[in-house]
Amino acid sequence: MGAIARALTRNRVWRSIVRHGFPDSNRNRSLTVFSNLFLHIHPVKVRQRAISFTRTFYLGGLSAACFFVLTVTGVLLMFYYRPAVPHAYEDMKDLEYVVSAGMFLRNLHRWAAHAMVALVFLHMALTFFRGAYRPPREFNWVVGVFLFLITILLSYTGYLLPWDQLAYWAVTVGTNMANATPLVGEKIKLLLLGGHAIDANALLRFYVLHCVLLPLLMVIGVAIHVWRIRKDGGIYLPPDQRDQGGSR
Amino acid sequence: MPLLDDLKQPLTEGELERRRFLGLLGSGALGIAAVGTGITTIKYLEPNVFFEEEARFAVGRPEDIAVGTVLVLARQKVYVVRSEEGFYALSAVCTHLGCVTRFERERGGFFCPCHGSQFRLDGAVREGPAPRPLQRLEMRVQRGLLVVDARKAAEPDAVLRVT
Repeated sequence: MGAIARALTRNRVWRSIVRHGFPDSNRNRSLTVFSNLFLHIHPVKVRQRAISFTRTFYLGGLSAACFFVLTVTGVLLMFYYRPAVPHAYEDMKDLEYVVSAGMFLRNLHRWAAHAMVALVFLHMALTFFRGAYRPPREFNWVVGVFLFLITILLSYTGYLLPWDQLAYWAVTVGTNMANATPLVGEKIKLLLLGGHAIDANALLRFYVLHCVLLPLLMVIGVAIHVWRIRKDGGIYLPPDQRDQGGSR
Repeated sequence: MPLLDDLKQPLTEGELERRRFLGLLGSGALGIAAVGTGITTIKYLEPNVFFEEEARFAVGRPEDIAVGTVLVLARQKVYVVRSEEGFYALSAVCTHLGCVTRFERERGGFFCPCHGSQFRLDGAVREGPAPRPLQRLEMRVQRGLLVVDARKAAEPDAVLRVT
């Protein structure tokens, strides 16, 4: 095994990508995190008691995992679904009954969406009850509130896409709630629907919001959120569990 | 072009002033451009043409509609009723959260499937969460035809008398 690993890693191509040795020393472990785009938003070291399961119940990580599942299944669903009035409902039905694994992917997307709303909510509740929103983490709490809103909006915009009776009337009710906003309500409804009632424009708009705009905002928001965890001193620990003299 | 190192330090008061002015000018121009882009984007998202039902439409000749008739105009989401006193037009859109109500002849009223609001034939709320009666719409006779304008609200007790 060692010989194969050496043959793979001791050459110019590998060294051009990974510029440090095996993560078997503290220095190389740090470099692994520092020099990797995906890992660098994480801290180099975390306390064992900070990552114990009951500390966070991994709710934030599980929410992110749901988002990952939703992105993958969502992109796959986009290959068959057309957001136009004559096609939307039938494409959804085709995904259910004609496309291989279509029903599985659609249901995975649906259940992951439900799970994500629940997990994000629980994540928020735990953060609140543990008091982890307090300084220096107030800003990250605010970022989290926006992420919760984006989660809800993703859920809501996705709800219209099957283009069935449930979707139609749920969004009728929802946009009429937006309509009740003082001063700007009617404008918001008009811009959301691209018309005075739910029709082709509304379907297309909700599709674009659901598949492009909101996920983009979500990715940016999550990046800030995770990066800030590290910058604000890692996962929250109650005062009696922190190290003596250390700010973390 | 001078490098940063070549610049004379410290700057004189006049040079600082010029720098602040140019900075303000630059951010001002950017600000104006940003506002313009924002307004243009909102304008872009607001359709100029709606491919929707005509809000003003003719229903028919009043003498062809018997007393006690309830016409259900599904596409326009409008009911036209002829009562003893005369004609009135009701929006079929529920005043609670905007679902379209259904006319049920045998139960003599309009029913919303979303949250169970019920309306009498004159549009008044019989039951459910609806806060207001169904909206009466403006209606008149033009060239012998009943014409409804679904965009214009009428008084809650507006009745068109046809002699």
